[in-house]
Amino acid sequence: MVNSKKSYNPLSRMNLRQKTLLTIGLSVLILVLVVISSLFINSSDITTNFKIMNQPPSFEHLFGTDWMGRDMFTRTLKGLGLSVQIGAGASILSSIIAIAMALMGSINKYLDSLMSWLIDLFLSIPHILLIILISIGLGGGAFGVTMGVAFTHWTTLARVLRADIKQINTSDYVKLSERFGKSRLWIARHHILPLIVTQIIVGTILIFPHAIMHEASVTFLGFGLSPHEPAIGIILSESMKYLATGDWWLALFPGLALLILVLLFDIAGENIKKLLDPTSANE
Amino acid sequence: MELKAENISFKYPSAKEYLLKDVNLELDNNKIMGLIGDSGSGKSTLCKILSGYVTNFEGSVTFDGQPLPKKGFKPVQLIYQHPEKVMNPKWKMKQVLEESWDVTDESLKEFGIQKSWLTRFPQELSGGELQRFSVLRSLNPDTKFLIADEMTTMLDAITQVQILDSVLKTVKERNMGFLLVSHDMDLVDTICDDKIYLKDINKI
Ligand SMILES: Nc1ncnc2c1ncn2[C@@H]1O[C@H](COP(=O)(O)OP(=O)(O)OP(=O)(O)O)[C@@H](O)[C@H]1O
Ligand SMILES: [Mg+2]
Repeated sequence: MVNSKKSYNPLSRMNLRQKTLLTIGLSVLILVLVVISSLFINSSDITTNFKIMNQPPSFEHLFGTDWMGRDMFTRTLKGLGLSVQIGAGASILSSIIAIAMALMGSINKYLDSLMSWLIDLFLSIPHILLIILISIGLGGGAFGVTMGVAFTHWTTLARVLRADIKQINTSDYVKLSERFGKSRLWIARHHILPLIVTQIIVGTILIFPHAIMHEASVTFLGFGLSPHEPAIGIILSESMKYLATGDWWLALFPGLALLILVLLFDIAGENIKKLLDPTSANE
Repeated sequence: MELKAENISFKYPSAKEYLLKDVNLELDNNKIMGLIGDSGSGKSTLCKILSGYVTNFEGSVTFDGQPLPKKGFKPVQLIYQHPEKVMNPKWKMKQVLEESWDVTDESLKEFGIQKSWLTRFPQELSGGELQRFSVLRSLNPDTKFLIADEMTTMLDAITQVQILDSVLKTVKERNMGFLLVSHDMDLVDTICDDKIYLKDINKI
């Protein structure tokens, strides 16, 4: 008997759906907290205080302080907030491009091959190189990076949507709908959109981690945000100079925080996918 | 009214041989016709051509002397052999019905559709239950000619008679044309005024 052993662990008593919901709730809560608290940090709050230069982590300064005596925890939090904002901009823009491309491809077969060609083109160039090129081309900064990431990350979602729309369009229920006198627009709105909206939501959330990582690495390499902005990439590249002198906390905590942030997005995305589309969870 | 097929020839793009060759057929709303043929002989394919599902055929199909309309509601409706294929898997049955017309409570009763089925998804109903929806949906007030492609093969004998009776009643009431496709000889003999063997009209 499985149930004879009484369980006192509340986690094991939950069903899969509840666990999924809990995971989504927790990760979204943490993400929201990070963004909100970062909004309350003014750049002027991050004061330089040369009396507390290069202090290792303590209860007062959880992540330690840097060479100008600034609290690393505050800087990291502010940086994460910025990352999420850029990530959001890039992901949403990216999804819009993907939807536009997929819709374009569904009009006729010439536009469809044009779209496939564009996808192959964008996939054949290494992401990071393309992001740097676009970012520099558009004058760098938050705008350049957002555009760079957006224009390199639409391909996966566009492919998925294209395949889905194609399958729905050739289905017998769409043909029957046409025979009931429904217009293309009516069919797009009632048959196609509800079937692909899950893919769009999940796709957008799953672009987030990539967007955040790419923004950080491009900024780290010096092609992204400008050095006076409180970005994680800037913090990491600055701290490289101090690693040799043994100030390990300068890079470790911001790096870890970024990693956790990215993981949270990934977890949230995968679980929302499971929740909205239970069939794909078994694939 | 008159549904007329002239010199229909057709082969599937993937196939080598023609499936239908020079098929001529005239149907009207005075006589209920039965179309009989062996499995795989092309009955379903001919139905799809007659109702405008398949358009890349040779020859012509006319309804009251006019080619089938390209836009708007099609007067010739086909009841599919496989009802699950013509229903959006993410739609509730109520939405599936309403896509065609606002069905009355009476007709729901007539076709033995329970109210509780309306809030279910297609995958949550049996084949026979789905077929009732498929049949009722095709009986839109604007439908002039109805083609039933083995619509009752997945039903038991009693339900089969029940549904066919309801369909025939509506067909007579609205003075519609009706073509019944089947390989069940007895069924065709009891229901139809006349019958056609596909192999007789297919010059292959
Ligand atoms: N989409 C398709 N592409 C290629 N061949 C097809 C396609 N659909 C059907 N066929 C072939 O055409 C032939 C006729 O098929 P059809 O469905 O019209 O037969 P049928 O007379 O309705 O048979 P049944 O009584 O079993 O329903 C079959 O040999 C089938 O394999
Ligand atoms: Mg058939």
